[in-house]
Amino acid sequence: MKSLEELKQLRESLQKDMLARNSAGKARIVIGMGTCGIAAGAREILQAVLQEVKTRGLDVIVSQTGCIGMCEKEPLLDVQLPGKDRITYGNVKKEDVSRIIVEHLINGNIVEDLVVARLEEGGE
Amino acid sequence: MRELSLHILDIVQNSISATASLINIYINENLEGDLLTIKIRDNGRGIPEEQLLHITDPFYTTRTTREVGLGLSLFRQTARRSGGGLEIKSQIGAGTEVTAFFAHSHIDRPPMGDIKGTLLTLIALNPDLDFTYQHLYRDREFFLDTRVIKEELEGIEINQQAVLDWLGEFIKKGLEDLYGGEG
Repeated sequence: MKSLEELKQLRESLQKDMLARNSAGKARIVIGMGTCGIAAGAREILQAVLQEVKTRGLDVIVSQTGCIGMCEKEPLLDVQLPGKDRITYGNVKKEDVSRIIVEHLINGNIVEDLVVARLEEGGE
Repeated sequence: MRELSLHILDIVQNSISATASLINIYINENLEGDLLTIKIRDNGRGIPEEQLLHITDPFYTTRTTREVGLGLSLFRQTARRSGGGLEIKSQIGAGTEVTAFFAHSHIDRPPMGDIKGTLLTLIALNPDLDFTYQHLYRDREFFLDTRVIKEELEGIEINQQAVLDWLGEFIKKGLEDLYGGEG
């Protein structure tokens, strides 16, 4: 699928489920995209996240943040389920992504051995 | 950074922080002149003159989360050790332009790397921003403008996975055609 004509066909198929999409009440995945995160492999972690989200057909928000001062623990990946604490996973490897998504995002169980920080729901 | 595409991803983060809405990425691989140029231009808030003086100092940053600012200094270091250099132009309220030059054939010049991954990362994480990507190689050109893609999508989000898949194939094919089997 490479031409704009094919993109139009894709648009028509996507319009059908467009109305059902909004960001309220969705789980969120945040990836650290500071220089430290990028140098440590954040781009590859994002690609693994997008692949896993696609494979499992998940409806989540994937976004980015800058350097939060934990450079030595990059790549950092945060997961926040609606109404729950924001959990920061550190030194994340591509092979950890599937585990974090299945255990935390889908089953609601925090992957304790990869946690480097947590922020209470409603905290800054 | 092991790839120039990672530097590009990193420098664009500065444009995003500067609240740019349009970011132009330009790459020119001039083999005859043995010159590689990478230019990143944005329409963000611009950099005050007094900050421009220190902008490539690794121990200077305007952020408060840590005391170093490595992105531009690393990019400059990479350019310099590849027989080139780095220039920054900025105008308050109009935007900033970062240009890096490299001797294309220099043994210390990092490879371009995963340009497709960098572009998809930027688009996936910043669907509200617009990007243009212009890449020249010999007499060929690959050009991508997310504004055109969005127009075709008529309100469908550009970072929906199916659209990202299409974009990935579009970029892959475009770069293959650009390099004509040489890249």
